[in-house]
Amino acid sequence: MNFSLTEEQTALKDSIGKFLERDYTFDDRWKVIRSPEGWSREHWNQLAEIGLMALPVAEADGGLGGGVVDTMVVMEQIGKGLVLEPYLGCVVLPAALIKAAAGTEEAQRTSLSEGLASGETLYAFAHTEPGQRYERASVALAATPQGDGYVLSGKKISVLGGDCADVLIVSAKVPGDTEASLFVVPATAAGVTRHAYPMQDAQRGADIQFSNVTVGADALLGARGKAQAAIDYALDVACAALCAEAVGAMTELQKITIEYLKTRKQFGRALGTNQALQHRAVDMLMHVEMSRSMALEAAVSVDNPDAAARAKAISGAKTLVSQACRFVGQNAVQLHGGIGVTHELNTSHYFKRLTMISVTFGDGDWHLARYGDALLHAA
Amino acid sequence: MDLRYSPEQQIFEKEVREFTRENLDPNVARKVLEGCRLEREDFLSWHRALHKKGWVGVGWPKEFGGTGWDATQQHIFDEVTADAGAPQLIPFGLRMVAPVIMNFGNKAQQDYHLPKILSGENWWCQGYSEPGSGSDLASLKCKAERVGDHYIVNGQKTWTTLGQHADWIFCLVRTSSDGRQQEGISFLLIDMKTPGITVRPIIMLDQEHEVNEVWFDDVKVPVENRVGEENKGWTYAKFLLSHERTGIAGVGRCKRIVKRLQNVAKKALANGKPLIEDVRFRDRLAQVEIDLRALEITLLRVLDAEREKRQPGPEASLLKIKGSEIQQVLTELTMMAAGPAALPYVREGDNGAPDVEWLSDEAFRYATGHYFNFRKTSIYGGSNEIQRNIITQLVLGL
Ligand SMILES: Cc1cc2nc3c(=O)[nH]c(=O)nc-3n(C[C@H](O)[C@H](O)[C@H](O)COP(=O)(O)OP(=O)(O)OC[C@H]3O[C@@H](n4cnc5c(N)ncnc54)[C@H](O)[C@@H]3O)c2cc1C
Repeated sequence: MNFSLTEEQTALKDSIGKFLERDYTFDDRWKVIRSPEGWSREHWNQLAEIGLMALPVAEADGGLGGGVVDTMVVMEQIGKGLVLEPYLGCVVLPAALIKAAAGTEEAQRTSLSEGLASGETLYAFAHTEPGQRYERASVALAATPQGDGYVLSGKKISVLGGDCADVLIVSAKVPGDTEASLFVVPATAAGVTRHAYPMQDAQRGADIQFSNVTVGADALLGARGKAQAAIDYALDVACAALCAEAVGAMTELQKITIEYLKTRKQFGRALGTNQALQHRAVDMLMHVEMSRSMALEAAVSVDNPDAAARAKAISGAKTLVSQACRFVGQNAVQLHGGIGVTHELNTSHYFKRLTMISVTFGDGDWHLARYGDALLHAA
Repeated sequence: MDLRYSPEQQIFEKEVREFTRENLDPNVARKVLEGCRLEREDFLSWHRALHKKGWVGVGWPKEFGGTGWDATQQHIFDEVTADAGAPQLIPFGLRMVAPVIMNFGNKAQQDYHLPKILSGENWWCQGYSEPGSGSDLASLKCKAERVGDHYIVNGQKTWTTLGQHADWIFCLVRTSSDGRQQEGISFLLIDMKTPGITVRPIIMLDQEHEVNEVWFDDVKVPVENRVGEENKGWTYAKFLLSHERTGIAGVGRCKRIVKRLQNVAKKALANGKPLIEDVRFRDRLAQVEIDLRALEITLLRVLDAEREKRQPGPEASLLKIKGSEIQQVLTELTMMAAGPAALPYVREGDNGAPDVEWLSDEAFRYATGHYFNFRKTSIYGGSNEIQRNIITQLVLGL
């Protein structure tokens, strides 16, 4: 057992921390929110300079070969600063997908990884569909073989980073196949229409329509009809990353709330002198600490080759963290009183991000069910 | 002991249903059912229709133009109109300041204000809270100085709900700083058109304009606009708060949302199957319906017991806590039902709005925003912590 960060990890944490302090204050963030793009290329480049984009890419593919714990360290900071730049959607998730799907196909892996690692090419994973909810294997978008290639038709929704991605990795099903395939499609390809929007937490996303989009056979990422394991892996990586982000955001929100309880006075005394509120704050802290532990469990289990064990660890963590997001978020708002429900104060921004984390890539109920299924099917 | 409606009550229910069908503007009903934000006129068109029929003064004594309905009739009215998508009548005039004017106002105030509240001519807002005085309302500072036959009001109110639409505001103001805080407060009725009043929007976390700051800069208010005695305002203020709290429970509206959510869950798909087949979600739906039924019967019990008295007791606090919690659970469940559709931020009439055609029900469109917005219900009307303090002291005697 060793719970301490390595020197490199501490340095990584510190440099993102410095970036947040210097360039990502709440006021800076407001400017980003109000910009047409909703994120800043300048910040993106700063993060790339720290090495964030190269981090999850293997050294052989031009990256830094960071591990899951490194990603956890980064995501915690991203949560702390409520960073709007699409790191999860455009780096963590696609990097995991490329790694898992391309597997041993080195040429494909390297060519995709290059732009990702430098931060120049933005990828997004277009997977969720209407009516699919959180079910990872239910893909309806059709990839109909035509000549050497395929024609893609269907719709993807709530695509993280789908607004700005240069390249989309699209899950699709070839008629007759039982499992989905993955296709690499330029966002500017003919027949791709994206409808970009801000999301509830001010991050950006898009619904994307594919209308007879023709792609060559080389657009296939990994083997045809065999993508499910890679999809599951990538979404598990994303869930682990979300857990870490939640821990960062919750820790900060907890701190802000305690500070408020100490300073705001009613009835001639600080709010924090009321036992009802003291106990609530303690319960919040317990949720944060339990989440921190489970985020760790999720991170170290992501690369467990035993898929069932991984599913349990990830879904266990996401269940608990989703519940914590809800408790900590709701009570931070409640303990702030009226000021907590204003757009102006950062409290509500943390609450909103935590809420969105709790329902992204499976809410608490969905992950509890997945955990339960793992119990049911355990040998 | 019988929880069913009597034949007369069933006839009344039918009458309300028919009236609503004929008089509720379908466009307003659509907006309410879809959860769109309502304009001033949307509230008022329904208000005026009810006024014509003599059905606005629910809970008012007959002598002031009230309906004279008993608790069950009030409940039936609430349930049937809410179910049809009628907007909630704005409570600040009807349910808050009116009872105060009836009980503590003079004849001139009653004659002037009550008919205009009934007709909807005057829209009221509530000027209680201040930045430094929320839960600790009695510490309020907004000052009214007596000069001749006027008060000169200076200070700030905040969180003023729909103050941007209001014609009048009822305010708690400090008229004395001697003695206990509670003994230096007066209750003023102020015309919002009076020079020196500035209304500034506060944008809420769902990015909507619902509440405001109201600033008073040397605002001249005639002394005859004071309700009751000078420095006795706290008594009236507390009287009003208990009325506010029974109103917040919102059972009729919750019943409509439960019904709607059940329908949505039958249509919305989760992995190709209706969401209602998901046992976890179904359990949550079942649970909230059970809780709501318990609240409904409790509300009827409290209303029935209060029939003889004119003021709700501390039990109102219990209804406020439970009602607000259920409303919050319902908005949360709707957001959960939306699944990945909970993520986009949709704003009515926004060009940049997502393509929501694929949403199986427009109930999802504003689901997340409503969930965020409804965090307010455990904060306003006296926070749920304060309600628990009240019950602790006044009901449990601890
Ligand atoms: C959407 C909205 C609409 C509103 N509309 C109106 C309106 O139209 N008119 C109007 O006058 N006001 C309105 N209010 C104000 C509302 O009544 C106050 O927000 C409320 O009284 C709480 O006060 P506060 O916000 O100052 O919070 P605070 O009083 O600062 O409370 C902060 C937290 O501390 C808790 N707390 C405080 N004291 C205690 C205690 N002794 N024991 C335990 N816990 C305690 C509270 O419960 C809360 O959780 C509105 C508020 C909101 C959010």
